[in-house]
Amino acid sequence: MSFMKVMLGSASVFAITATAVFAEPAIVYDLGGKFDKSFNEAASHGAAKWKKETGGNFREIEMSSEAQRGQALRRLAEKGNNPIVMTGFAFASSLEKVAPDFPNTKFVIIDMVVNQPNVRSVVFKEQEGSYLMGVAAAKASKSGTVGFIGGMDIPLIRKFACGYVQGVKATAPNDTVIQNMTGTTPAAWNDPVKGAELTKAQISQGADVIYAAAGGTGVGVLQTAADEGVYSIGVDSNQNYLHPGSVLTSMMKRVDVAVYNAFTEGADLKTGFNVLGLANGGIDYALDDNNKGIFTADIKAAVDDAKAKIISGEIKVHDYMSDNSCPVE
Amino acid sequence: MDIAQTFLQFLLTMDMTIRLSTVLILASLAGLFSERAGIFDIGLEGKMLVAAFLSAAVSYETGNVWLGVLAGIAGSMLFSLIHGLASITYRGDQLISGVALNFLASGLTVVIGNALYQKGGGTPTLTGGARFHDITLPFVDVLRDVPILGPIYANVISGHTAIVYIALLAVPLSWWILFRTRFGLRLRAVGENPASVDTAGISVVRQRYAAVMIAGVLCGIAGAYLATSQAASFGREMTAGRGYIALAALIFAKWRPFYILGATLLFGFLEAISLLYPKIDVFSLFTIPVQFTNALPYILTVVILAGFVGKAVPPKAGGEPYVKER
Repeated sequence: MSFMKVMLGSASVFAITATAVFAEPAIVYDLGGKFDKSFNEAASHGAAKWKKETGGNFREIEMSSEAQRGQALRRLAEKGNNPIVMTGFAFASSLEKVAPDFPNTKFVIIDMVVNQPNVRSVVFKEQEGSYLMGVAAAKASKSGTVGFIGGMDIPLIRKFACGYVQGVKATAPNDTVIQNMTGTTPAAWNDPVKGAELTKAQISQGADVIYAAAGGTGVGVLQTAADEGVYSIGVDSNQNYLHPGSVLTSMMKRVDVAVYNAFTEGADLKTGFNVLGLANGGIDYALDDNNKGIFTADIKAAVDDAKAKIISGEIKVHDYMSDNSCPVE
Repeated sequence: MDIAQTFLQFLLTMDMTIRLSTVLILASLAGLFSERAGIFDIGLEGKMLVAAFLSAAVSYETGNVWLGVLAGIAGSMLFSLIHGLASITYRGDQLISGVALNFLASGLTVVIGNALYQKGGGTPTLTGGARFHDITLPFVDVLRDVPILGPIYANVISGHTAIVYIALLAVPLSWWILFRTRFGLRLRAVGENPASVDTAGISVVRQRYAAVMIAGVLCGIAGAYLATSQAASFGREMTAGRGYIALAALIFAKWRPFYILGATLLFGFLEAISLLYPKIDVFSLFTIPVQFTNALPYILTVVILAGFVGKAVPPKAGGEPYVKER
């Protein structure tokens, strides 16, 4: 009995010290994986930047199946990690359950809103960035047909598509936009083979600029576009370097900034609603040495003009998720 | 849409069908050899996965895609050998051995891939000579203007990678080996009645090993096709259930080579349809959702298995280890 007490006592002491000493931040990547060259990879850059600047340590977990979500969050919270950042809308239902059990731990969810007192919800105005991509695509297209390939068919990705179509139609009202979604399960985020086939299908239908908002699947889209000699547009991270001269530009969603900010603020971060858009630098497009040759001054002028108008409020980009419909097809 | 447009659209669908069917053709033929010899092979998926990984990794390191294919075949044959050891030599359960190999492949590729490249189990992108490129067959430009046949030749038959043509040639070759050679006769015999083959003084064990190894070679090519031809790198779990669809095609084809060609082309066609036309509008009355098109291969297989349309009779001695009478 007394032995038991000692054991339990020391265990609890250990637990307390563990919490006190290892208040490290943590990050959980979604099914696309840390190295999807896109969304999750952007998040990992933010974490890496924080580590480099502060010398602190953080924990990271990659999901390999749906069932692990709640488990991973719980494990990190029990280990005393704070704050815990998760990349992806799909964590929402797990977080709803886990967050109330750990009131002293701060959680940050990206791309989704979870109404809990200890959760910060970071959402992006992807429609604004996608609108700019639509402008660029319409300017760069010679055939008058441009394509969009989404990952999983969810409202968030329709938001990308809707913003893109608005940008295209505003620039060239008669252009056609071919839209495809890769699938209806989370596997659609990581299926480059299917991405490549969809790209070939769109090219055969005349598309000569294709925007991929599909996580790891996009790797296949960009590859095929480069092979077939048409332009592609990257997403989330700056993907221009993947195929210089073929990737027209990338819609940058500064997930890295969101992660970096959360890590920097640490356990004291402000919870609640956090919207990042063109105006505050949370959304931008990529221009570097890799696409300098193809992103012409003409395109740049049109994109910068649209960007300024969106920031000033002159152009209102419709948000698909506000009413689950898109005014243009 | 006018007729020329519709025709072109149809050709492009067929073109895509061939690309998507290739991996199924090879994997199904692999299953055919194995199962005709009485060894059920549910490990097609795992063998393809290993081959896909090895072919991508070796192609990347050497810059030569053919070396990659050879490495993929070697890896797949090694897995076949394990399957053979477990189910032929040690008379274990063939299904369990196959499932175990699938798990092994799924874990091993990610662990090794992560250790080598730190890219979440994938390999870096293959470029130049490290991957297959489309082959344009001769006379395409001359024949393109021939009505009807010209576009078919230029759009559907020409412009695939080498493995696509290898797969298409493998079908008649498999038929010839299985039904026109002594080796094929013996191979089929060990799948139907191994005791009689044994009585004739032919080694059942050796015959079955040979069949399983051939399956390994074919799965190796199929895996290499995925990673170096259809895609340009290996990705975690990139076979995505194609091994199981190939098994379904094998059953659908009643274990016959040319039927396999038909079944896999049909399954490939269904996949192409689901990619090109996610929602099919039927006379504006209702739409066929993409999930239905995706599920069709499985539904068709179940229908065949249930005996509504024809009858699929598997090799009689399938799944049973051979024990020599004493």
